[in-house]
Amino acid sequence: MNRLPSTLALGLQRGALEIRQFMRQRESVVFTIFFPLILLMIFGSVFKNTIAPGVTFSQYFVAGMIASGLVNSGFQQLAIVIPLERDFGSLKRLRGTPMPVASYFIGKALLVIASMTAQIVLLLGFGVAFFGLNLPTSAGKWFTFLWLTLLGTATATVLGIAFSIVPKSGRGASAIVSPIVIILQFFSGVFFVFTQLPSWMQHVAAIFPLKWLTQGMRSVFLPDSFTSQEVAHSWENGRTCAVLVAWLVVGLIFAIKKFRWSN
Amino acid sequence: MSVIEVRGLRKSYGENLAVAGIDLSIAQGEIFALLGPNGAGKTTTVEILEGFRDRDSGEISVLGHDPQRSDKSGRIWRNRIGIVLQATSDAGDLRVSECIEHFAKYYSNPRDPESVIAAVGLSDKRDDLIRNLSGGQRRRLDVALGIIGNPELLFLDEPTTGFDPEARRAFWELIRSLQSDGTTILLTTHYLDEAEALADRVAVINHGKILEIATPQKLGGRSTSLTKVQWLENGEIRSEESSEPTAVVKRLASQFPGEIPGLTISRPTLEDVYLTMIGGAE
Repeated sequence: MNRLPSTLALGLQRGALEIRQFMRQRESVVFTIFFPLILLMIFGSVFKNTIAPGVTFSQYFVAGMIASGLVNSGFQQLAIVIPLERDFGSLKRLRGTPMPVASYFIGKALLVIASMTAQIVLLLGFGVAFFGLNLPTSAGKWFTFLWLTLLGTATATVLGIAFSIVPKSGRGASAIVSPIVIILQFFSGVFFVFTQLPSWMQHVAAIFPLKWLTQGMRSVFLPDSFTSQEVAHSWENGRTCAVLVAWLVVGLIFAIKKFRWSN
Repeated sequence: MSVIEVRGLRKSYGENLAVAGIDLSIAQGEIFALLGPNGAGKTTTVEILEGFRDRDSGEISVLGHDPQRSDKSGRIWRNRIGIVLQATSDAGDLRVSECIEHFAKYYSNPRDPESVIAAVGLSDKRDDLIRNLSGGQRRRLDVALGIIGNPELLFLDEPTTGFDPEARRAFWELIRSLQSDGTTILLTTHYLDEAEALADRVAVINHGKILEIATPQKLGGRSTSLTKVQWLENGEIRSEESSEPTAVVKRLASQFPGEIPGLTISRPTLEDVYLTMIGGAE
C-alpha cells in the first residue's frame, strides 16, 4: 500500500481548493476584497485634509485599512465561514477522512494569505493612482511591512479559527462577529486619528491586536515625524510584535483544544 | 474474521440512556443492516463506531482499532474506512469531478475518480457545480466520496433517501458490487425492502437495545410463521393461514376445475415482522 500523503502536501491541496471555492462566491469576493477599496474611495473623497505636515488623511487611512484587511480576511471571514461549514456538515465529512486537522488549518491560512494579498495590491494600487498615496521607500519599512503582514495574518487566522466555536449556528455567526470587528475598527484608530479618540477607547483598543497592527502599518506608511502624534511618541514596533505573538499563542491553544467538527 | 466487534456498549446523554448495552459482531464481506425507529440508538451506535462520539463503557474493535483512540493510528485507520453521512449540503461551489478528485488525494490507495463518478451514475454531471445537483444526485455524490478511498469497511447512513426507484435499484447494484470486492458494509435504513434486498443479516434496535439479530428471511420467526393463502370463491375473497400452505393449495386445486381463481400465497413481509417487534417493545 502507498504511504499517506504528508500533512503539508494536503494543506497545500486544501488551500488551492479553498481559494477556488472562495473565488466562486461572488458575495465573499466583493465583501472581503472590494469592500476596503470602496471604503477608501469614500473616505479618501470626503476627507481631503492633511492631518500632519505632509500626511494626508488617505495616507493615514490606507495604513488602517491594510491592518483591518488582515482582520477582515482572517478573523472575520473564518469566524463566519467555519460555523457555516459546521452546519452544512462539511467539517464532519472531513473529520471522517484521513485528512489531518492541521492540513485543514493550513488550507484556511493559505486562503487568508491569498485574499489578503489581493486586497493589499488593490488598496496600494488605487491609493497610488487616485489618492496620492506615497509608498515606503526604505528597505527597512518594507521589511516591517512584511513581518507585520505575515504575523498579522497568522494571528488573525488562528483567532478566526478559535472564535469559530463561539457562534451557536452558522446563520448567527455574522451577527456576532461583524459588530465586534466594526467596533474594534472604530476604537483602534482605523477611521479616526487614534490619539484624538477618548482615552477610555484607546485603553480598550490597546488590549486587542487591531490597534497594534494599525499602529505598525502607520510606521510603514507615515513619515517618522508622525510619531509626535502617537501615544508613546514612538512607533513601538517591538511592543506590537509582542502583543501579536501573545494573541497568536493564546489563539493557537484555543484553536487546537476547542475546535469542534460538528454541533 | 470479524471486522466490527462490540461488547456491552453503553452511552447516555445526561439522564437519557441512548445505548443500553449492545453486542455486535460483523464479519468481513458482510452487509449488515441496523434497523430501528428514530431515537432508538442507531445513530449513536454508528457514530461511536465511526469515531465521532466517545462511549461511556464497553469494548469496541473496528478493523482491529479502537475508534476512540486519537493518536496517529487514527489516521491510518480512517484511511481504511469510508463514511456516508446523512444528507449534507456542503461544497456547493465545486464541480462534481473537482470534489471527488480532491477527496481522492486524502487516501493512500484511492479508487480512480472517473470510475467512481461512473459507478454512482454521475458521468453526465461531472462538470456541474454541486449546488445545481438534485437531491438524489447529491446523495450519489455523498456515496462517491464515501467509497473514493477504496475502504475495507463502509458506513452507509440512510443512503437512498430521496432516490427515485430506478436510482435505488442502480445503487443496490453498486453496493452489491462493492460487497463482491470484499467490502464490509454497515447500513442503517428506514426502507425495509432495502434491508431485505441488500443485507446478509439485520439487527433490530429499540430503546438502546438489540431486540434480535437474524437474516432478513428469519427475523421475527418470519420463516416459520403461518402463511396466508387467499383465493376467490363464489365472488368472495377467502383466506386461510397455515403452516402447510402447499397442502392448502393441493386441496384447492382438487376443488376447482382449472386455475384457482385469484390465488395469492404470502408470508409476512420484513416490514410486518419489524413493526410487530417494534410495537411489542413499547
